[in-house]
Amino acid sequence: MDAILLQILNGLDKGSAYALIALGLTLIFGTLGVVNFAHGALFMIGAFCAVTLQRILNLSFELVDETQTDFLGNPLKVKTPYVEAWFGPDIGGSIIDWAVPLAILFAIPIMIGVGYVMERGLIKHFYKRPHADQILVTFGLAIVLQEVVKYFYGANPIQTPAPDALNGVVNLGAAIGMDIVYPVWRVVYFFFAVLIIGGIFSFLQFTTFGMVVRAGMADRETVGLLGINIDRRFTIMFGIAAAVAGLAGVMYTPINSPNYHMGMDFLVLSFVVVVVGGMGSLPGAVLAGFLLGVLESFASMNEVKSLLPGIDQIIIYVVAIIILLTRPRGLMGRKGVMEE
Amino acid sequence: MSKFDASRRRVLKTGAIAGAGVALPTIFTASSAAAFTNEPTGGTVTLGFNVPQTGPYADEGADELRAYELAVEHLNGGGDGGMMNTFSSKALQGNGILGKKVEYVTGDTQTKSDAARASAKSMIEKDGAVMITGGSSSGVAIAVQGLCQEAGVIFMAGLTHSNDTTGKDKKANGFRHFFNGYMSGAALAPVLKNLYGTDRTAYHLTADYTWGWTQEESIAAATEALGWQTVNKVRTPLAATDFSSYIAPVLNSGADVLVLNHYGGNMVNSLTNAVQFGLRDKVVNGKNFEIVVPLYSRLMAKGAGENVKGIHGSTNWHWTLQDEGSKAFVKSFGTKYGFPPSQAAHTCYVQTLLYADAVERAGSFNPCAVAEALEGFEFDGMGNGPTLYRAEDHQCFKDVLVVRGKENPTSEFDLLEVVEVTPRAQVEYAPDHPMFAGGNLGACNPGA
Repeated sequence: MDAILLQILNGLDKGSAYALIALGLTLIFGTLGVVNFAHGALFMIGAFCAVTLQRILNLSFELVDETQTDFLGNPLKVKTPYVEAWFGPDIGGSIIDWAVPLAILFAIPIMIGVGYVMERGLIKHFYKRPHADQILVTFGLAIVLQEVVKYFYGANPIQTPAPDALNGVVNLGAAIGMDIVYPVWRVVYFFFAVLIIGGIFSFLQFTTFGMVVRAGMADRETVGLLGINIDRRFTIMFGIAAAVAGLAGVMYTPINSPNYHMGMDFLVLSFVVVVVGGMGSLPGAVLAGFLLGVLESFASMNEVKSLLPGIDQIIIYVVAIIILLTRPRGLMGRKGVMEE
Repeated sequence: MSKFDASRRRVLKTGAIAGAGVALPTIFTASSAAAFTNEPTGGTVTLGFNVPQTGPYADEGADELRAYELAVEHLNGGGDGGMMNTFSSKALQGNGILGKKVEYVTGDTQTKSDAARASAKSMIEKDGAVMITGGSSSGVAIAVQGLCQEAGVIFMAGLTHSNDTTGKDKKANGFRHFFNGYMSGAALAPVLKNLYGTDRTAYHLTADYTWGWTQEESIAAATEALGWQTVNKVRTPLAATDFSSYIAPVLNSGADVLVLNHYGGNMVNSLTNAVQFGLRDKVVNGKNFEIVVPLYSRLMAKGAGENVKGIHGSTNWHWTLQDEGSKAFVKSFGTKYGFPPSQAAHTCYVQTLLYADAVERAGSFNPCAVAEALEGFEFDGMGNGPTLYRAEDHQCFKDVLVVRGKENPTSEFDLLEVVEVTPRAQVEYAPDHPMFAGGNLGACNPGA
């Protein structure tokens, strides 16, 4: 029983990342009609915002310590971060320790800016082109972005730890007399994802801006005829979708050390999530994200693998095939989307 | 005006004589040029460095390339000579190889077998490379080794740790300096016994490809010989990034040791996930839970950060070794590039010098002569103590290092500390050992 609950938690945790990325993908597809294969790269750029802030906070000056030597036998250059020199070792050390949560504030304007430039600079030129062209250009863009990141940060994973206070484990089953030990940061990630998803839905549901965007998603032409500049709002939505992917990336860095390829690792899975959830359906993307995360976790259990060897590698695609055969529009897909 | 008698018989006769006359020098030229593939004819010789320049192992590939450039510099008489000064063989004079200046071309393996074969093929056919070396994956090494065998050039493997490279997939034209999974098991087992005792239950997570399989087999055999039990061996997809769903079952398996047969990004993520789940703080069967990473890489360990602290594994070489060869190499490399070399850089540098030395001793670039010079070659001064290139399988036998993630690193390079230098005798095995069975070295192919 403990093992099953643990895998459900794992699944919800994985599903959080899938859901956040798929939510952004769906926002872009639902508003602009663009199949954005560069969305995984936005997740990766978000993660590297955290890496960048960590490096900024660790910027150091060097003092030569004659009593120690480096690997070549020369006097050792001891590095001291400016932050620690300015605020003292305790406060400075705490600021560096909390680099990942602080990177949320750092990443939001950067990601909105990246999204804005990406949409205005490149993607808007492909609105009226076939989906295949959109896929090709955004996939190409993703490759360019990841190579740029690799040029500056290298190919190896870069450790970006969570704050010490959030680095341990917590027994989630203590209240019910069970032993379900789970990493604190993963719990934080799940609630963070729920918060972001809730925020996006509230924004679309309860604000005038959101109402106009939803109206534009339903009938873009009519909203335009009412004198509303729907294109501008959709551009802003692209920026918000980029920020969602970026924040998902920022918070993911303590779970797995980021590398330049992490966006591609999530991209294909997230597209499957979008298709299973139903193209253009925001609730569908979220539901499918969590569903596939949980199923993927269960498929990794030894009991399941002993019955169906290799199922952990294909479970997501098997589920996608079954759902598309039984519900061709996905779990919550709308009629008419991607059917012309 | 003379009359031209163009009878059929006369034309054929004249044609045959003329044809033979024209062909004669060609036949002789061809026979001398075709002695072996890409025989160097001018004042230079070209080596092909086939390393991952893109893909997940690009940083390791970049370090290999730095080592190759340093080796070429030293072979051509530049720099301080590095390990050429400590190498027991004194055939190399710093005037290139057999008096020919060493030049090189590079290829990008992308850590994909097909891409690696294509880049090696291009370097052999278009650039005239007489030797191919490099790589950071056993799958790639085995694929390129097969290609070099067919093409008739020597392959000096880079970082490849699968038993199969010099086991069932060994080739007469291929040589491996790096150690292998069996040697990791043989080196680690006594250290694990001393640290954790003989009553342990191990759980393996294994990357699902040739290297992972052979390492799992080797480590399980070595630890079971100590008396350990193996409770489960779980294969994980090479493309996996989040290992949490594979780590969770370990918690309830009854195991008290987790063996991570992962390398590169897989190792960084699986180790990070295992530590996140508090495995290292658990007490199972009345014993502290332990994690073992049989193949360590300093470059990769950096990605796992503090999670490597106190975790044991094995490595081919480490820059903190204090023998004269290692010190000379670290000094050369560190002065040129500003940081210490990785084990991948070390093995690639050594392989280049070993090839060049073998050519000098053989007096020829002919791959069969070079292979003969390398087979059974005993040498020292290259950082691993007295070493043998065994003739039967072209595997190097030398000391193996058992290392541990350092508790208090003094720099970003100071991540591992050497716990034990396992003597060569302890990691040796018979050429027909079952873990290496099924292959056939075959005959050397000079190509052409």
